Amino acid sequence: MGELAAEKHVKYILSVEKRKDDFQSVVMEHLRMNGAYWGLTALDILGKLNTVDADEVVSWVMSCQHQSGGFAGNVGHDPHILYTLSAVQVLALFDKLDVLDVDKVTDYVVGLQNEDGSFSGDIWGEVDSRFSYIAILCLSLLHQLDKINVEKAVNFVVSCKNMDGGFGCIPGGESHSGQIFCCVGALALTGSLHHIDKDLLGWWLCERQVKSGGLNGRPEKLPDVCYSWWVLSSLIMIDRVHWINKEKLVKFILDCQDTENGGISDRPDDAVDVYHTYFGIAGLSLLEYPALKAIDPAYALPVDVVNRIRLRKKLAV
Amino acid sequence: MHGRPRKPQKPEEEEASAAEAAKLRPLQSQLLENHHQKNYDKEALEVSAKVLEMNPDLYTAWNYRKLAVEHYLKESPSDTESIKAILDEELRVAESALRQNVKSYGAWYHRKWILSQGHSSTDLELRLLGKFQKLDARNFHAWNYRRFVAELTNISEEKELKYTTDMIDTNFSNYSAWHNRSALLAKLLNKKAESYFPAEKVLNEEYELVHQAIFTDPDDQSGWFYHLWLLDQTIKSNAPSLVSSWPPHGYRVALSRNRSLDDQTLSPSRSFHSDSETLALILYFDQPVQGVDSSSVSVKSTAHLRGDLIWKPLSKCSHDAAKAWVSHLSFPQGEMNSSESYSVEVSLGNSQKITSASGFHHVKPTCFSFGVSVHLGETPIEECGNEGIWWKDENFTSCGISPQTLPFASSDNLTIENNYAPSSSEWCAEIISNEIALFRELLSETECKIGKLTLARFLMAHVATSPHANKVAQLEEVLELYLDLMKLDPTHFHYYKDEHSSVLLQKVTSTTESLFRHCYCYKDQTSPYLGTTTCVRLNNLSISRIGSVEKLLWVQVLDLSHNELRSTEGLEALQLLSCLSLSNNKIGSFTALESLRTLKSLKVLDVSCNEIGSHSIDTTRYLFSSPLSHSEEKENDLSSDKMVTDSPDLASYWEAYFLFKDLNLTQLDIEGNMISSERFQAFLVKVLPKLHWLDGKQVQ
Repeated sequence: MGELAAEKHVKYILSVEKRKDDFQSVVMEHLRMNGAYWGLTALDILGKLNTVDADEVVSWVMSCQHQSGGFAGNVGHDPHILYTLSAVQVLALFDKLDVLDVDKVTDYVVGLQNEDGSFSGDIWGEVDSRFSYIAILCLSLLHQLDKINVEKAVNFVVSCKNMDGGFGCIPGGESHSGQIFCCVGALALTGSLHHIDKDLLGWWLCERQVKSGGLNGRPEKLPDVCYSWWVLSSLIMIDRVHWINKEKLVKFILDCQDTENGGISDRPDDAVDVYHTYFGIAGLSLLEYPALKAIDPAYALPVDVVNRIRLRKKLAV
Repeated sequence: MHGRPRKPQKPEEEEASAAEAAKLRPLQSQLLENHHQKNYDKEALEVSAKVLEMNPDLYTAWNYRKLAVEHYLKESPSDTESIKAILDEELRVAESALRQNVKSYGAWYHRKWILSQGHSSTDLELRLLGKFQKLDARNFHAWNYRRFVAELTNISEEKELKYTTDMIDTNFSNYSAWHNRSALLAKLLNKKAESYFPAEKVLNEEYELVHQAIFTDPDDQSGWFYHLWLLDQTIKSNAPSLVSSWPPHGYRVALSRNRSLDDQTLSPSRSFHSDSETLALILYFDQPVQGVDSSSVSVKSTAHLRGDLIWKPLSKCSHDAAKAWVSHLSFPQGEMNSSESYSVEVSLGNSQKITSASGFHHVKPTCFSFGVSVHLGETPIEECGNEGIWWKDENFTSCGISPQTLPFASSDNLTIENNYAPSSSEWCAEIISNEIALFRELLSETECKIGKLTLARFLMAHVATSPHANKVAQLEEVLELYLDLMKLDPTHFHYYKDEHSSVLLQKVTSTTESLFRHCYCYKDQTSPYLGTTTCVRLNNLSISRIGSVEKLLWVQVLDLSHNELRSTEGLEALQLLSCLSLSNNKIGSFTALESLRTLKSLKVLDVSCNEIGSHSIDTTRYLFSSPLSHSEEKENDLSSDKMVTDSPDLASYWEAYFLFKDLNLTQLDIEGNMISSERFQAFLVKVLPKLHWLDGKQVQ
């Protein structure tokens, strides 16, 4: 088994930002804010966040904010809760949350809660349990969770629970590891994990590990590096991560590296991208791979960043 | 980027990609420009349609088109023809985007949004869905959309259930169809819809359907979870019921300060030591319940009890539902006659207040009673701790008393109005027996993990539901099955290991005789700590999780050392615990010990030789009430705590602080953990002011 080609990955992540001429880069322009979060968090886990000019990033992030308080995926695009969270997370990485008008961002997120407790992604009203997690996380980072109806928010997430113990996008939706991560995360952040049958969900999640050691997102699907994050973090939050074979998963992730040019792909020998590079590295961090910063499974940010935010207020010293 | 091969791009590919990019980029810029200018003319709309065909995920483009629709609808609000034309065009754009990327959230939602604007194209929608679902029968967007259309147009659940049958008949390996089936069937069963009641007939048919899937290819997971769900539907007893209590029914408790009573009228094993005038009363239910209070639980006594009873849930999260509830009976010393035994009668079930998480009420009238005598005398409460407790094998001797005098002896016939064991109906027992027979047959033909796992689960269901089963033999069979599974499927070794541990503890606690084998006396019976208290030693069993705590509610001294425990989840119910050893386990953090926080009687704790401090990832951080989770935000405001301002170490040891600040330990062993250091020891001495012994040394 190879080792993590950390330096190559750093180089790859930095290079993606500069690449602008291929079709994929143009197609992805509208979600640059997500890309920034993936790339920068990966760099932080690798201990290389300092290779980036923080002021430049912060000023670009702020240029994506709208009057409404929400952030767009890139300059000129519309605000959406997806990018609002990424923006807040990026600012948190650099310890720059103080540049935010907290009330404004809070108002934007609070305004997206619906009567049934669910959240819309933006003014157009698409509802998805992903947005519940995003809203809860975003407000937690800003210490503003008490501004929404947490009880209703939790009840909506619980209403997305299925017979297999997992969660779907909306009530009745099929369980999917990404969705499970969001719902478990939302319940973790609100101290509501008692709504989960941990043994049932844990069994479903640990059965996501296939022969190659990789994890899939649903039964009878192919493994994919990104599920190293979605499945692993969910298993950790419900304390069942020992139910999978960690060594085999580490090997699978390392096998998906492009050891020549850096970056990690969904499966061995596929084309790399920054999304899978982040989830691969974050997965390795959850697996306690040496020399990586620990990442928090619910906040999806390095543990030291989370502690800085949560404990600073708590200790008030 | 999913499923694209990694290979250096050929020059012509690179060129093509650049050309595509060069085509898309100006279109996207134009789109944003039009969006900002609120330009919705035909040409501008054309640009957005082109953009979406090339890049269906571009959400701003979908927003732009919605604004355009609103713009035109406002312009011609009554012209139904032109409205239909506008909406038709949107459906067309969304459809062509879906052809480009069938997983595009934006495109699917756009369609939904158009339909909610009053466009009724149901037939079209179902036809389109048919096409997409044929192409990919697992596309969860399509399934979600199907549920949306079905609800919008009032397609019956029966009809949709039939659709899942058709899908499964075409190919049983369709988890999405099984999922939808469970959701639909749950609704129909709940409604008690015609021909879905009684449930037994429906369930029998469902078992048959899923057998076909599992028996055709036991390795295909599609039917696994549905089968387990059926088992749950078969045995679930909706109404919560009481499974055990402390003190148990018919038991006599002596409250005394001194554990070595001279009083010959009392059997020593039955004397219960208490430092105060209070006796813990514990109720243990088969599922988490809320609503236990002085109005839902009636407690009557021949003694004059002081004050109103306050019930507290024993749960690891700070919420109001729990399996175990505790209250404290207070016997005012001055008013008690030590030669008299007072009776206490507890009854519940007459009020609808006690409810399970799923909203079912405790209805079965249940009552139990026990006797209490009080021997507090004039002796002052002994300050114990000067000699310490040492968890060595040679310090424990076998109990010189008969097993029948132990508190758990009565727990088998603890109930009153009817037995605690849930009574199962005949059809339920029949289904379970059938499944057991069927899976035994499958295993005789082929060795497969799902076969063994399913057999193990149904055997456990049998043990739980039929009071006359040969419990021990069946539990032993299940233990064997899990041992097999560990070998057969080593990837999930620890899943089977955890299940094995639960079953093993069930076996150990299944009979008085078997639990008695784990009961000991501490050598130094003059110790005011232990005296003649029965010590339960479940050490060296290689268990990885705690279980069967409802059988251990009476335990005061518990040795769980030399196991593979990763957390203390479950121990919160053992409210009488005063000495606990967890040494040589796999406890990885202080939050993993969080359930000990509720054990107010705990004095002696040994967590030496564990893994506290060795892990960068704390797997229990969110499971228990962590100061990082919102629910604890207000509760644990540290800034007002003097300890905080005085200790610079708090930031590094806050998890230890949260655990220990609520405990009254006099003896603690923590060496052999990564976190141990002189600095940490100094911190502990500060947090635990009553500590006499730390790591075998007397605290100065």
